[in-house]
Amino acid sequence: MNIETIIFLVFGITAVVSAVLMVTRKNPIISAIFLILNFFTVAVIYLLLKAQFIAIIQVLVYMGAIMVLFLFVIMLLNLKENKKPSEYSFKKITAILISILLALLLGTSVYFGFQGKQMNEVAEKIGTAESLGRTLFTTYSFHVLAAGMLLLAAIVGAVMLAKKKFE
Amino acid sequence: MPDWSIDIIITLIKIVVVELVLLTGVAYTVYAERRVSAFIQHRYGPNRVGYQGLLQPLADVFKLIMKEDIVPERANKFVHSLAPAISLFVALSTFAVIPFGDKILIAGKEIKLQIADVNIGVLYILALLSLGVYGITLSGWSSNSKYSLLGGLRSSAQMISYELSMGLAVLGLILINSSFRLDTIVMNQYGWKWNIILQPIGFITFLVASFAETNRTPFDLPEAEQELVGGYHTEYSSTKFALFFMAEYAAVIVSSAIITTLYLGGWQFPYLQTFGLPDMAVSIIQVLTFCGKTAFMVFFFIWVRWTIPRFRYDQLMNIGWKVMLPAALTNLILTAIVITIIKLNS
Amino acid sequence: MLSDFGQVLIFMIISIGFVAIAVISGKIVGPRFASKGKDSTYECGEDTVGDTWVRFNFRYYVVALIFIIFDVEIVFLFPWAVVFKEMGLLAFIEMTIFLFILIVGFIYAYAKGDLYWDKPQPIVPKLDRQIFKSEI
Repeated sequence: MNIETIIFLVFGITAVVSAVLMVTRKNPIISAIFLILNFFTVAVIYLLLKAQFIAIIQVLVYMGAIMVLFLFVIMLLNLKENKKPSEYSFKKITAILISILLALLLGTSVYFGFQGKQMNEVAEKIGTAESLGRTLFTTYSFHVLAAGMLLLAAIVGAVMLAKKKFE
Repeated sequence: MPDWSIDIIITLIKIVVVELVLLTGVAYTVYAERRVSAFIQHRYGPNRVGYQGLLQPLADVFKLIMKEDIVPERANKFVHSLAPAISLFVALSTFAVIPFGDKILIAGKEIKLQIADVNIGVLYILALLSLGVYGITLSGWSSNSKYSLLGGLRSSAQMISYELSMGLAVLGLILINSSFRLDTIVMNQYGWKWNIILQPIGFITFLVASFAETNRTPFDLPEAEQELVGGYHTEYSSTKFALFFMAEYAAVIVSSAIITTLYLGGWQFPYLQTFGLPDMAVSIIQVLTFCGKTAFMVFFFIWVRWTIPRFRYDQLMNIGWKVMLPAALTNLILTAIVITIIKLNS
Repeated sequence: MLSDFGQVLIFMIISIGFVAIAVISGKIVGPRFASKGKDSTYECGEDTVGDTWVRFNFRYYVVALIFIIFDVEIVFLFPWAVVFKEMGLLAFIEMTIFLFILIVGFIYAYAKGDLYWDKPQPIVPKLDRQIFKSEI
């Protein structure tokens, strides 16, 4: 077993365990901490796939920005530990069924889609910010501008949300 | 012994030496802060333990470890213990990509004086700096004390606000160097071509943002003593308090090292190669140059702390969003225009 | 041969080691004498009133929201900046449009007052009798 497989196993198992713990914890802040840990392990797995830029963006945006907002929202809503047991067992059963279906779907597609395939030789070159920049600003230039418009819409949305709260 | 195992041993030795130097540096930065503040306020400062009080940091460490660790009963015990560890871990880990010298030749083996020459070094630094917010926010929340919560909240809002201008300031550098590699950025600053001269607006923005990210005066609202007692570490004592303390000073040292690397030429000593010194001497002078520049920046951090009073919170947020962000954007656009003009002319 | 990020990983593991040594040595060496007063929340000697975890100012949330949007926009700028020198005029024009959209959003948020923080309005006590004036 080479070292990459060992690192993958360690971080893959940590990712799964932290995801399960995140769902099962009662305290929302503890859940958020496990979600942060999960993001970190996923970033390491991206690195093993030679996608450096995506890995660092995972840390920069998801861990550094979005989770801060999550923590703020949890604090803002003042979510208490959910002590009373859930009354709707129907909801629970549906949720479990849907998750099993989703896991099966993902599992089969990953298994048959990548069976016997090796990592591309030039993977390391593709994963860098430079190659991403070259593709983004030639082939996908329109998409970048569309993303810019989307973000503008997001700002307008955030501002409107704030306005409603204050008035 | 196979070749790769020698590499691993060299890496391990480098890492342990760097971490030990960093932690010793932290201890002596605390000492320097106390002596410099005493000098500025016309006092003596600690001068009894050892010659001129040089053993004071050691005494401080032993005192803090021997103290009782008090965890308030209303606190969330797990997160309360986790938060200071996160703070120190993040502050130390940032150093992994900073080049502190060029290359050194020992026993016919060329050793790079940098832990890891990562392809996206600048982004790694920004990513880890953005994680620094967790230690403080979580400590503020977990203590279950009003002072701590207010300190933690202020700190996280402040850090995310200044992170934007930091990222935009760094973008100007990347435009010039066309690389995220810190080694390349230092290499390009040979002679007097330091980035502080090429990017003055970017430098000032980055410097101010560094002060805000490390929660130092004039941006130390999270631990404003007069209103918040101790801010986010009000409920901390003993080793955990020591960890927060070390994290703050480690962040100061690492920020100084980052500023040195990005804007002050890193380990470059102007025109050193033309003096005709032996290779070994050149390498050592370069490492010393890096240490000297970093030490100067640390001194600058301390100097500012004891000179400038604290901002009010609304002033702080206004500066972050309405002054720093437009300034960094202007810097970016100007740099892009200048580079385009140079390219069109050539 | 170790890859770059392998070295970073070792650095992180050793940092965790140093932090763990500090925490554990504190646990072993430090004494522990619990008492009711000592374990209560510090509030300058007063008893704590009410819950700490209450709803706080909405502004923090808005700032975090706007921060995320700008952060994502900066992420788009990174790959652009690194290839800017080799891309030619087209990349410059394209990014000018992108930055223009960003600046429009910024001005919108600015104009709508979302970046505004309330100034403190101290209530200065007024004296009814003007003792000091009459004495002068």
